[in-house]
Amino acid sequence: MDFTLVLIAAGLITGVGLLVGLFLGFSAIKFEVPVDEREIKIREALPGANCGACGYPGCDGLAHAIVIDEAPVSGCPVGGADCAMAIGKIMGQSGSFEKTVAFVKCGGTCNRAGDKFIYSGIHDCNAAVVVPGGSPKQCGYGCMGLGSCVAACEYDAIHIVDGIAKVDPEKCVACKACVVACPKELIEIIPYTAKQVVRCMSKDKAKDVKVACEVGCIACKRCVKVCPFDAIHVNDMLAKVDYDKCKRCRKCAKACPQNTITFKLEDTDFWNPPQVEEEKETA
Amino acid sequence: MLRDFLVILVGSSLINNVILSQFLGICPFLGVSKKIETAKGMGGAVVFVLTLSSLFTSILYKFLLLPLGLDYLQTIVFIIIIAALVQFVEMFLKKAMPPLYQALGVFLPLITTNCAVLGVALINVQKEYNILLSTFNGLSTSIGFAIALIIMAGLREKIEHNPIPKAFQGTPIVLVTAGFMAIAFLGFSGLIR
Repeated sequence: MDFTLVLIAAGLITGVGLLVGLFLGFSAIKFEVPVDEREIKIREALPGANCGACGYPGCDGLAHAIVIDEAPVSGCPVGGADCAMAIGKIMGQSGSFEKTVAFVKCGGTCNRAGDKFIYSGIHDCNAAVVVPGGSPKQCGYGCMGLGSCVAACEYDAIHIVDGIAKVDPEKCVACKACVVACPKELIEIIPYTAKQVVRCMSKDKAKDVKVACEVGCIACKRCVKVCPFDAIHVNDMLAKVDYDKCKRCRKCAKACPQNTITFKLEDTDFWNPPQVEEEKETA
Repeated sequence: MLRDFLVILVGSSLINNVILSQFLGICPFLGVSKKIETAKGMGGAVVFVLTLSSLFTSILYKFLLLPLGLDYLQTIVFIIIIAALVQFVEMFLKKAMPPLYQALGVFLPLITTNCAVLGVALINVQKEYNILLSTFNGLSTSIGFAIALIIMAGLREKIEHNPIPKAFQGTPIVLVTAGFMAIAFLGFSGLIR
């Protein structure tokens, strides 16, 4: 048997492999692109879900944006406070981060808001809004409770309770999937610590609101008058809290004659008016 | 000479389409044909790599394997060369052309495992093309790949909106579509005698 042929073959493969390896090794040095090591560290600190909630293409995109100071250390809404602290440490700053949650600005449950007609079409809000009349509810602005937001939520944090969507603030990561899904634009991202919330989106006049819903905002501006911090305003027949100025004093909620403004987002029973009454006395 | 080029162009891109009649490179065909944009990216990356790899593998075959009588080692050597080439192209693009690197993105490393690339290198040897013709064959084959991929992506974007029976949703309907496309591409056979 002729071993030279085998040796030549083995030598060729080894040679080619060696040459290619050396070539790649040298080109790795020559064509090295300096990557900021903070970027790699931040990428590791991020959740890695690549969900895009931050507005950048995936976690890599956000990591790059944070390093070049384009995005804040708290840029990742999913990672929450822990993630922001870790990134803040990497970036050499003490990251302050406030957890935010989604909130559905409607209090029109089955017994509070009347129906205009009985809708029996496709069980989806985006299908229901195109039906003439805009909404099966008397209030054209309110939650229809057909659950497009529930379908959009990846974290099982929003559910239809008593005819309207309700967010579980513990599970919510403020990824904004429901904000995008809601055709009525009812869902807003608010601070987790927010004590008072305006649960109405109706821009109708007071008279029409009264007919349509028990807890609709009638734009009486009592909340605006009692607020010591200039943190609540009425525009377009609707009260809106400015959470940057709001000190969570709850005065507006006490003043609201319609019970539109409520507080205690943390309370599991947060829609329950009697408990609100109790809170008023103790507070 | 010109006739050779024309025959290779039509033959490799349409008649013997790498996906639809040779059934090479099916995984990227099914994997990255969800959106036209990504399909374009992948198509571009394959055109780029396949042309280069055809050139290098045929040079190596002509000047190293044939003279030494080691042409039975072609598969192994081609795999090494293709893998190294893709790696190098990735490094080079990252340094020299960041926008293109961003555009091709994850598809570049994916091509390493694309059997169409190895397949074309072996076909070049089988058909005894010279270096120029090999390179051109690589180019035309990859154009055929890109055509099939982009058509498929367009179809899949439309299919999304159709009411498909539950049993056919997802991959099954894609495979059925691919089958119909292959039948449609059969129409090209007989274009060149």
